[in-house]
Amino acid sequence: MSEPSVTTGVDLHARQVRKFRLQDKIFHHSTQVFAFIVLATLVGILVSLTIEAWPSLKEFGPSFLWTNIWSVPDDEYGALAAIYGTVVTSVLALLIAVPISFGIALFLTETCPVWLRRPLGTAIELLAGIPSIVYGIWGLFVFAPLFADYIQPPLQALLGDVPVIGGWFSGPPIGVGILTASIVLSLMVIPFIASVMRDVFETVPHVLKESAYGLGCTTWEVARNIVLPYTRVGVIGGIMLGLGRALGETMAVTFVIGNANRINGSLFAPGTSIASTLANEFGEADPGLHIAALFELGLVLFIITFVVLAISRWLISRSMGSEGL
Amino acid sequence: MRTLNKLAQCTLAATLGLAFSVSAVAADITGAGATFPYAIYAKWAEAYQAVTGNKVNYQAIGSSGGVKQIKAKTVDFGGTDAPLKQSDLDAAKLVQFPSVMGGVTVVMNVPGIASGKLKLDGVTLADIFRGAITKWDDPAIAKLNPDVKLPNMAITVSHRSDGSGTTYAFTHYLAKQSAAFMREVGAGNTVNWPSNAVGGKGNAGVAANIQKIRGTIGYVDIADAMKNNMHYIALKNRAGNYIVPNQQAVADAAAGADFKVEGMAPDLLDQLHKNAWPITTATYILAYEKGSDPAKQKEVVNFFTWSLNNGQRMAADLGFVALPPSVVKMVEAEMKNIK
Repeated sequence: MSEPSVTTGVDLHARQVRKFRLQDKIFHHSTQVFAFIVLATLVGILVSLTIEAWPSLKEFGPSFLWTNIWSVPDDEYGALAAIYGTVVTSVLALLIAVPISFGIALFLTETCPVWLRRPLGTAIELLAGIPSIVYGIWGLFVFAPLFADYIQPPLQALLGDVPVIGGWFSGPPIGVGILTASIVLSLMVIPFIASVMRDVFETVPHVLKESAYGLGCTTWEVARNIVLPYTRVGVIGGIMLGLGRALGETMAVTFVIGNANRINGSLFAPGTSIASTLANEFGEADPGLHIAALFELGLVLFIITFVVLAISRWLISRSMGSEGL
Repeated sequence: MRTLNKLAQCTLAATLGLAFSVSAVAADITGAGATFPYAIYAKWAEAYQAVTGNKVNYQAIGSSGGVKQIKAKTVDFGGTDAPLKQSDLDAAKLVQFPSVMGGVTVVMNVPGIASGKLKLDGVTLADIFRGAITKWDDPAIAKLNPDVKLPNMAITVSHRSDGSGTTYAFTHYLAKQSAAFMREVGAGNTVNWPSNAVGGKGNAGVAANIQKIRGTIGYVDIADAMKNNMHYIALKNRAGNYIVPNQQAVADAAAGADFKVEGMAPDLLDQLHKNAWPITTATYILAYEKGSDPAKQKEVVNFFTWSLNNGQRMAADLGFVALPPSVVKMVEAEMKNIK
């Protein structure tokens, strides 16, 4: 009597296992498809950008990258002014944002009273959620006039006569320009960098910090010698996230950069970035070379972002290697 | 039983209503193109729907986008600030007619100079906008304004950073005044501004730059200058009179123009009328000679016939200028070619 029931039991078991295996397989394949959709999209974007940019690629060749002309009436295009504006505003934004974000994260994780941590942390995250157009409008209507009246003239008075550096602050104080765009950008990336830094700082084991404090280290020494080395990978990742956002930021930059397709040594002068040129000119671009050149600009931005990501991966893997992690 | 009956009646009514609205949808038309006339097209569409129940959608995607879409046959009509040449119209089998006019005003922010007090002529204006005149107290400006105290202040040129029909009209006007401007800056939707120039996105962006930056001069549509209460200059027209920008001066410019030309697109810039505003421009509609859907073709004609005859007041309120009655008659005749 018991025999058949045992067989059924084994049978049932085998069937169950087969069923699980099938489910696993389906699960594996469907998630794989999802992952490959990302890859296909990436390749698709790259291919379609290249196809659309082809007339410009053919016409200007690699010199597109270092030609400082952007003339729609003459149908001659070069990306240098836009690349310059993109890189300079992004780097300046990081130079401003990284120390501030570092300070914010350190304060939140090391010295902030516990009751203040949550509201402050939430405020920073909320700042990250503000749409970029709001930063742009604020930058144009509120920040730029204040900057022109109260910051640019004293800066010029202070540094205007210093050789080399004086040139960075020359020209009429008109409020909008490369430096204004950099400052607005830095405000936009601070929440990203600060919240990543705070999260990774929190992963530092208490026992490490406590030991250092026990040895008589100051808070700064703990941050410098314990927290930073331990979290270097995450910090680099956070900075690169900020850089990626700064490079591609469109609307806010378009509002405050001044939109002039040329390179001027002064940081007060208007300039342009790749993303803002696309935002400005795509709508009414003439078919032909103009459109193709805009697509090629998009391709250049794509490649710059890709290179930045690759460098950050390399930095991360190198610092991981050096720590034997 | 009674409630059930009622329910059935309601359902029937709802179904009929749905069926009716579906049949109405069939006559809805879609247009796309120039951003400059968007406000008035939207207003006309709203009023037209209130009267006829038929919907008109207009998407402000830019003039070149409008031309592209109508050629690709994805819309029922296209809008463009830059009229197509007759050869283009023939090749694509399109009908073109003007719909509404506007003016580009020159506005400034110079401390101590009131609105309308500064006088400029076309050549001086072109020299300012190509970066040849860089100070407000330049002798060329002083000569035209003997009674105005000009400050020793740098000029900042404010322009549209996005490609725009406003820039198209303004630069074509300046290029007519000065060969040097044509050579150095060019004429079109997007041009090569001089090194003292700042670009703002949209008319609103330009208006903001002019209001915030001292010493700026720029150009915006009359509608925006009115809305933002900006300081404008008086510009010398071809008849030699200094004109302050307003809708009457734009209408006067059109009154002197001959619309019986190819594509109904006369050059409205720098007209001879004694009161003509020099930078006057029209925006255009493109439609198919023979459409795939006769009902929609008819609806395009109906919409613009209605708007041109009933929408003048709405146009004026928004800072546009309606076509003169004689031109409306010509447009109506031209629309007979839309079948």
